[in-house]
Amino acid sequence: MSNLENFRAEVSEWLEENCPPSMRTPMVEDEVVWGGRNAVYKNPESKIWLDKMGEKGWTAPALPKEYGGGGLNSDEIKILNSELFKIGARPALNSFGIWMLAPVIIEYGNEAQKMEHIPKILKGEIRWCQGYSEPGSGSDLASLSTKAEDMGDHYLVNGQKVWTSYADQADWIFALVRTGPKEPKHSGISFLLIDMADPGVSTKPITLISGKSPFCETFFDNVKVPKENLIGEENQGWTIAKKLLQHERNFISNFGLAAGGGDGSKTKGVIGLAKTYLGEENGKIADLDFRSRVTEHKMKEHSFGLTLQRAGDEGGKASAASSIFKYYGTEHNKNRYELMIEAMGNKGFIWDGDEAESKEKAITRAWLRTKANSIEGGTSEVQLNVIAKRVLDLPA
Amino acid sequence: MKLVLNEELQFLKDTASNFAKDKAPVSHLRKLRDDDHPNSWDESLWNEMVELGWTSILIPEKYGGSEFGLAGISVVLQELGKTLVPSPLFATGVLGVTSINQMGSESQKEELLGKILEGKLTTALAIDEGSHHEPANTELSAEKNNDGWVLNGEKVFVIDGSSADLLIVIARTSGNKGDAQGLSAFIVDPNSKGINRRKVPTADSRNYANISFEDVTIAAEEILGEVDGASDEIHKVLDFGRIAMSAEMLGNTEEAFAITLNYLKERKQFGVLIGSFQALQHRAAKMFCEIELTKSAVIAAMHAADENSNELERLSSLAKFQAGTTLHTVSNESIQMHGGIGVTDEYDIGFYLKRARVAEQIFGSSSYHKSRYADISGY
Repeated sequence: MSNLENFRAEVSEWLEENCPPSMRTPMVEDEVVWGGRNAVYKNPESKIWLDKMGEKGWTAPALPKEYGGGGLNSDEIKILNSELFKIGARPALNSFGIWMLAPVIIEYGNEAQKMEHIPKILKGEIRWCQGYSEPGSGSDLASLSTKAEDMGDHYLVNGQKVWTSYADQADWIFALVRTGPKEPKHSGISFLLIDMADPGVSTKPITLISGKSPFCETFFDNVKVPKENLIGEENQGWTIAKKLLQHERNFISNFGLAAGGGDGSKTKGVIGLAKTYLGEENGKIADLDFRSRVTEHKMKEHSFGLTLQRAGDEGGKASAASSIFKYYGTEHNKNRYELMIEAMGNKGFIWDGDEAESKEKAITRAWLRTKANSIEGGTSEVQLNVIAKRVLDLPA
Repeated sequence: MKLVLNEELQFLKDTASNFAKDKAPVSHLRKLRDDDHPNSWDESLWNEMVELGWTSILIPEKYGGSEFGLAGISVVLQELGKTLVPSPLFATGVLGVTSINQMGSESQKEELLGKILEGKLTTALAIDEGSHHEPANTELSAEKNNDGWVLNGEKVFVIDGSSADLLIVIARTSGNKGDAQGLSAFIVDPNSKGINRRKVPTADSRNYANISFEDVTIAAEEILGEVDGASDEIHKVLDFGRIAMSAEMLGNTEEAFAITLNYLKERKQFGVLIGSFQALQHRAAKMFCEIELTKSAVIAAMHAADENSNELERLSSLAKFQAGTTLHTVSNESIQMHGGIGVTDEYDIGFYLKRARVAEQIFGSSSYHKSRYADISGY
């Protein structure tokens, strides 16, 4: 047996022993695990699964072992994912820390910061949120004004962030702050880690059109932050911020695709809904106009999936690729939900109550949630600007 | 299946790229058009392509070919598509070779593939009969008589139909119009008695013919494959053709887009470069995304063909749809972004638009392939 075959056998055996039975069933919304100091595990097996995976380093299989990662190469990660997929395993941990922050600390942090923060992220002990946008700084992020004054041994932070995902449940925040008020706007920004338990930090949830509150406003009122919480150099935060945005964009664009099933064939989602609510004739969606539009949607999804694959096969060299994927993936995801609720007809907008099933109502809420996909992490328009300028080299 | 080009393919692509730029820029097509060239393609340029071995790319090694596969000839066509080079390479090197290789007897392969390889034979696939591509609608009949077969009917929009040395004719040997089954392929000398070929002048200035067959008698051994055998076999030939055409259309698209981007970077209005206008930047960025998607679909389809993937049909329709819709948009936007000079004959960009609409119809429009994709996927 080759090394990889051995590895597959080991993974399979380990999963057999360690993945609890209920973790091999489809995820239910209120059992999604985000970790953190205040996490509540409605299903106790979620916690067992998180701890087992965390111990193994498989919540972040690509990261180095010394920081608590799995230390696996890309072939091994493929095997791990395929074995997890095979038993229908739930994700052990959803984490902005893993998706966005850990890669950035690995690249820009010092050794002490890596040892302090990364293992806690990967084990789900600390839950992170992202402090980027401000009321006056949306698409023009670099105009941000939350200030961090140098007080010798610490920074004094004052200001407000907005659109901080799950800030009311997070333990720490990674924030962009202005340390150089006199510098040009891109050169006066630093990347700071702040403990949300520190005095002066407060949050307030924002209710969205979906009726849910995944985002908050976060306020900093004379918060003292130790200098050792600065990642990279002072006033070099913009470089780090951009890098992190690439991780975020990749993550958001993959989100859209994962929900669709990749090659456009596996998914029952929008096709299944169309056949259920619009009916079938000889195996075809009966409404031919809808059939045509949904087919076009699936074909775009297929081509988009092939493009993600090609980017990987080419070695993912173009950083601007993340803008292409973010733009296309989020617009595509919005379109998918438009088609889903359209397929459901008058069942597509039932908000509450017993006249619709909970999965129908969930689609309605999710449809509204997707409207933010093309706004968060840089709007579609910002992505198109990036493509025009950085890829196509069009004049400013 | 990795969605990249290996070194061999990259080499072929580079060779074709230099060839197109040096020997056949768009002015080559323009001259053929202005001269009202009888074949609409240039014989000496074709001989050079033969010498470069391009007719041998799809021919198996067993018959003397280089067996670089559909991917090989697709990347060549992609590059030739950038300067809209007209040549028999598609009709002969893709359709002819695949038809003969797929359906022909051993002796037919030996003889015909050998001649194609040496550049001594060009072919045309006569299949369409109506205004839209639909093989099942074949009515041209082939009836058995004592000496062989008698063909009666009409073919239209036959690519290279007026110049080819040999016609491969799809005929109905049983059933009725609309039946997918009952089709056979025949090898027909275009100079046979009863054949009337009429060259059709088209917007893209290439070679097409409408051909009538009136009691055309052909020998029994001139059938390509089994009686009724083309019903199934022709689909593979068509899918190879669709993928190769998608590659050529991708080349058309890439170049029309490149020409337009250059124009956005040099044309000034209101005192600034028009490429600085966000209205144009966003449209250009969206086109770029569609071109990237098209590239992926075309590469996946050509590799699927060479790996005998059971996804061939679906990917072929995906590629033709994606190439068709993207070229449609880019060819229109290219004209619009050029403004007034875009609609002048003197400027080359109009040639891309005129080629685009014709190519979009070849072996099924975007709409045809969307519907086929839905059928295959069970939507």
